[in-house]
Amino acid sequence: MAKIKGAIVVDVEKCKGCEVCVISCPTHVISMTKDVNGKGYHYAYMENSDACTGCTNCAIVCPDGVISVYKIKVDA
Amino acid sequence: MKELKLMKGNEAFAEGTIRAGADAYFGYPITPQSEVLEYLMAVRPYETTGMVVLQAESEIAAINMVYGGASCGKRVLTSSSSPGISLKQEGISYLAGAELPCIILNVVRGGPGLGTIQPSQSDYFQSVKGGGHGDYKCIVLAPSSVQEMYDFPKLGFELAFKYRNPVLILSDGIIGQMMEKVYLDEPTPRWSEEEVIKNSPWATTGKVVDRERNIITSLILEASIQEKHVIKLYEKYKVIEENEIRYETFQCEDAEYLFVAYGSSARICQKAVQILREKGIKAGLLRPITLLPYPKKAINDLSKQIKSIVVVEMSMGQMVEDVMLAVECKIPVNHYGRTGGVIPSPKEVADFMMQKIKGE
Amino acid sequence: MQISTKDIIKPENLVYTKTKLLTDTPLSYCPGCGHGTANRIVMEVLDEMGVQDKTIGIAPVGCSVLAYNFMNVDMIQAAHGRAPAVATAVKRVFPDKFVFTYQGDGDLAAIGTAETIHACNRGENITIIFVNNGIYGMTGGQMAPTTLPNMKSSTSPYGRDVEIMGHPLRITELVAQLPGTYFVSRQAVHTPAAVRKAKKAVRKAFENQKLNKGLSFVEIVSNCNSGWKMTPNDSNKWMEENMFPAYPLGDIKVPKDENI
Repeated sequence: MAKIKGAIVVDVEKCKGCEVCVISCPTHVISMTKDVNGKGYHYAYMENSDACTGCTNCAIVCPDGVISVYKIKVDA
Repeated sequence: MKELKLMKGNEAFAEGTIRAGADAYFGYPITPQSEVLEYLMAVRPYETTGMVVLQAESEIAAINMVYGGASCGKRVLTSSSSPGISLKQEGISYLAGAELPCIILNVVRGGPGLGTIQPSQSDYFQSVKGGGHGDYKCIVLAPSSVQEMYDFPKLGFELAFKYRNPVLILSDGIIGQMMEKVYLDEPTPRWSEEEVIKNSPWATTGKVVDRERNIITSLILEASIQEKHVIKLYEKYKVIEENEIRYETFQCEDAEYLFVAYGSSARICQKAVQILREKGIKAGLLRPITLLPYPKKAINDLSKQIKSIVVVEMSMGQMVEDVMLAVECKIPVNHYGRTGGVIPSPKEVADFMMQKIKGE
Repeated sequence: MQISTKDIIKPENLVYTKTKLLTDTPLSYCPGCGHGTANRIVMEVLDEMGVQDKTIGIAPVGCSVLAYNFMNVDMIQAAHGRAPAVATAVKRVFPDKFVFTYQGDGDLAAIGTAETIHACNRGENITIIFVNNGIYGMTGGQMAPTTLPNMKSSTSPYGRDVEIMGHPLRITELVAQLPGTYFVSRQAVHTPAAVRKAKKAVRKAFENQKLNKGLSFVEIVSNCNSGWKMTPNDSNKWMEENMFPAYPLGDIKVPKDENI
């Protein structure tokens, strides 16, 4: 059975840590880092990367457009 | 061959804009300049040259439409009269700040406030000393005939695009309303889109692959860059001053007494010169055509042969200050002004100069 | 089969990234502000329509005054409230270009009310994107025409008293009454579903322009977490609970000959 696997890449220096992506992720992939970026913001990262389906919700809702989404079909 | 026609000043201006290849006119009714909009709406140049004519919802909207059209590198203009020009000042400041070429016609009426619909010249300060906010200048042309009302749109566009600067045409209710014969020249065609892009590579014409996007703005948040921008504007104004001063003299060769007057007042003074000459007084007239840049040097040079000057304005005394600055206190400068819409007669102007000569 | 994140992140697997019609300049909006998303969907639509070389945008005065730094199209920065007048002229001298204004509620519904209504009433063939966050964000959270009753702002510190300060202006309903508007819609961008819908409305607005249909007006009800003094997610929740009842989402004026 084919399964969809996704991943996101966050433009760390442009992320403002607003967390809108966190609650928009249906599979609870995203958290905010404890570290901060050059501007002093905690930034988004995949804490639970296995759950990412590449649905693009996080990227679509990101006000700063800092998230890129990748997706592949894998055979389970 | 030139076509000869009897026209009102405002109509001649309107015809002049069509024949100057204007792309758009944005107007709003106000006396005594409404004939500009009326003429254009009647002639419908959008069916012949493609020139846009639009009655805006306010003078403010009209000047901001000029800002939009000018941003696109098009030859655009507006016209109004004093209270309406006051409303346009913010837009004019933006146009100057963003270095946009355009023409604004002011057919001046008496003020302050709603004032009167009769002719006046009381917007001189507003025209040449700023008007809107910030460090900027407009090129200011002062027509004194219906012919010049017709000619100045073409000249105005030339100057506006040469220097990327707004050009203000400072007329008045007499010039706007009176009828004279006008020689109409061959129309200048409107620019094609290719010509617009070639003539104004800075304009917002749509970002193509081979250039960076064009941005029209007067917002510069960084103080040091804003300062640099203003200094650049002032360097431009210096070049304008070096190259674009225009004035006319009448019987100045042997003159001992000089009138300085622009627009309608210059016509009145021309007659006053004749009256005085008939009485044996060697009077002359200098008529500034550009009020900015101002013919300071010409007036200063004449002051060497002149005993005294009378500045005639339909105001309580505005341009007289520039004449005083020009003559550097070498000779007496007197002011004769009527205001509130009252037009001085040649006789009272001549009498005033006589009194000054006699030391009364 | 185990697959690592590294295996997924390859150019051929890219399904979403920021449009090239946004520049790389970091947006100047506050964290979590809907303006960023609104900027992006407008640019995504223009990108998808392939009209970058034919587009001229008008930026307002307000939080999005610097939109010209982010939108990778030719841009004009207008005086406060005057964007619809500027856009009118741009479209009239360049009828074949795509012309849009991007304005906030202070710009469009207070100082620029006359320009807005008259551009709409003339049916200028332009697109107006109106971002309504119920406050003057850029100047520090003052009361706007759209501020809700009893809502606090720096100039209504005890809440907007409608007896003294007037009522919120629903200008979108107002312009929908005018014969010149062809398509009027109110959207939001605070959830992925909302963004997808809003983008469809924006797309429709520009497609209408392509077909010379008249003025399309898309309001985007948005948050101002800084001005409202909330976290971004809290402000979005507050927006759903308070702004949406006053500014209900959905199409307000749909062309008769179409089903959306």
